[in-house]
Amino acid sequence: MQEHDSLNNVLYIDLSKKSFRIENRRDLFEKYIGGTGVATQLLHENCKEGTDPYDPSSPVILAVGPLTGVLPLASKTVAMYKSPLTGDLGESHAGGRSAVAIRMAGYGAVVITGKCDFPVYLSIQHNKVFFRDATTLWGMRSRFTAARVMREREKFPGLRAIMRIGQAGERMVAYASVTTETYRHFGRLGLGAVFGSKMLKGIVISGKRSIPVTDRKAFRNLYDEVYKAAVDSPVMKKYHDLGTAENIGKLNAINGLPTMNLKQSSIEGIDNITGETIAQHFLVRRFFCAHCPVSCIHVATLREPYEDDPYFYKTTFVGYDYELIYSLGTMLGITDVNKLLVLIDKVEELSIDAMSTGVVMAWATEMQEKGMIGEKETDGIVLKWGDHLAYSEFLKKIIRQPNEFYEAVARGVDHASSVFGGREFSMAFGKNEMPGYHTGPAAYIGYLIGARHSHLDNAGYSLDINELINAPLDAKTIIDKLIEEESLRQVLSSIAICFFARGIYKIDLVSRALAFMGYPYQKEELMEIGRKIHAEKFRFKVREGFSYRNQNIPERIYETKDPTGLIRKELIHEALEYFGKRMGVEV
Amino acid sequence: MKLSVADLKRCVGCQLCMFACSRRSGEGGLINSCIEVRSQGGISKGFTIVVCAACGDPPCAKVCPTGALIVRDKGGVRLDSAKCIGCGNCKNACIIDAVFWNEDENKPEICIHCGVCAKYCPLDVLAYH
Ligand code: SF4
Ligand code: SF4
Repeated sequence: MQEHDSLNNVLYIDLSKKSFRIENRRDLFEKYIGGTGVATQLLHENCKEGTDPYDPSSPVILAVGPLTGVLPLASKTVAMYKSPLTGDLGESHAGGRSAVAIRMAGYGAVVITGKCDFPVYLSIQHNKVFFRDATTLWGMRSRFTAARVMREREKFPGLRAIMRIGQAGERMVAYASVTTETYRHFGRLGLGAVFGSKMLKGIVISGKRSIPVTDRKAFRNLYDEVYKAAVDSPVMKKYHDLGTAENIGKLNAINGLPTMNLKQSSIEGIDNITGETIAQHFLVRRFFCAHCPVSCIHVATLREPYEDDPYFYKTTFVGYDYELIYSLGTMLGITDVNKLLVLIDKVEELSIDAMSTGVVMAWATEMQEKGMIGEKETDGIVLKWGDHLAYSEFLKKIIRQPNEFYEAVARGVDHASSVFGGREFSMAFGKNEMPGYHTGPAAYIGYLIGARHSHLDNAGYSLDINELINAPLDAKTIIDKLIEEESLRQVLSSIAICFFARGIYKIDLVSRALAFMGYPYQKEELMEIGRKIHAEKFRFKVREGFSYRNQNIPERIYETKDPTGLIRKELIHEALEYFGKRMGVEV
Repeated sequence: MKLSVADLKRCVGCQLCMFACSRRSGEGGLINSCIEVRSQGGISKGFTIVVCAACGDPPCAKVCPTGALIVRDKGGVRLDSAKCIGCGNCKNACIIDAVFWNEDENKPEICIHCGVCAKYCPLDVLAYH
């Protein structure tokens, strides 16, 4: 760790007192690198045991890594907080320009605590923080106004990022997101709701600086190596060409794609919404995160005719990817691109997590189908698979929460099903709604033990697809492999690279890159740091009451066909027992 | 040889060009960058690239009180750092905002039309002829 790298600076902001201070935390960055590693420590330091996620003292931590602003694909900001959805560790990663902007402003991490007495947005410019009145923006429907105001009123030089919440965050829906650069999100675990509880509408941050390296030649060479790999490698080309949406057709074909609340694992009419179809007929643009040459962000055009005026169309640009097609498409029985895009656009407008929203609505549809809830609960809405208009109405009510049912729904499917029933088809793991991979037992074990509860934070899915599909593995082997990969991914999220680039950032390359940033860590030392970080995250989860034993594992997963044919209760329970032993805790 | 924007519509806003330009110094970050990619008012509307247009009779050079900006044969200017007093006249004279400012050194950052940025643009938005 270089002494003069501005990465060491941590910016502490107190929204209650409207004050801030900067501290040099070289101690943390030296030991835990940055990103996830440092954020975990800052969470331990700043979040007392049992803190309510919405308590003013509950912290929001944003952290970047040493390679941010130095090498391509180091494009992620790691957010950590106490999750209102799960009640334990909240971790979300987002790209856009957020990471580079935080680094360019001169910080390795930002810690936000307190609660403002009026809606506020923060303007962070180098070593100054301005608290701006955002009263006018609060409750506003247009998602563009907040970003435009921050862009136009906060004119200062340098690379700039804008992060903001929407109505879901303001109304504290437990799976509200924070949106950055229009199409990127800190999603999944409710960071948007924590912003909302603090009356924090958004953050604009910018700066421009140079970042020293200890060996210029090594830096230049490694830069070219990464750049070339990113531009030439077939894996990265895949993310560029069709993006993750490429997997829709593939997973459908092998019965790995959750459909209609996982009553099925494939769906008729899939050809209408595969990555190929959307790219051919609807793709208009691709975007990159700052300092990434891949451009995986795919944007489609939605053209809606106005009923009162012939040949007059409303044209909207809507981002799409695998998870969105799964959660707001197949999971709800929607196989029409236009309908899908309408729904994605609504979700974007509200800044709410797409996966959680889709899973919640799929559960509600099945509940109504089975007569377990009626129109009294849904406030007059009749949900039907494929009916995007009913889902659009439902979405509005999740925000408004007109009755107890919607209040429960706004806290997530695990909570809603604990009140209204349907536990056996309430598709959440560790209280977090499932991602779109019904690929086999390893995926589910991964969701259950993952320290971040996102499919990308564990190797379960690829273990299913590459190994278990051919031959079974025992519970221990699955866990051992998952833990090993999990430790590695803690290192990758501590240097804060995009996980899509994990094929390029092999541990050996990471070690070489860190060397010219002043970190003399060999491969094995890095893996050891990874294990340590994993254990530290786990310590936080357990401290906050997480236990594998009292989790709901919906029966549905054992009933629906999957690519491996190996999803069995005994296997999953055996795996969890063994995991608890390996981590040294009572599960 | 001169740098130009060949096809703006291909630009996806990755900003690799900006990092490439700044990296000429040998370090990471962006402080030395002479090129900037901005969104055209929200990224869904696309991007615009701000970079030296290599004017034949550059206004920046005309307003420099010390003659620190030397006009190049092929258009554009070269900065003689020793003569520069950091007054910022050049920055104000460039109506496309292509004179950037290095706050650390209090000096302009002037594009030297070296073409490094074009080399790192993965989508051939920039051309160097
Ligand atoms: S041509 Fe050279 S100096 Fe000019 S913007 Fe590109 S990299 Fe920078
Ligand atoms: S490198 Fe090319 S695509 Fe990327 S921002 Fe610069 S001009 Fe645009």
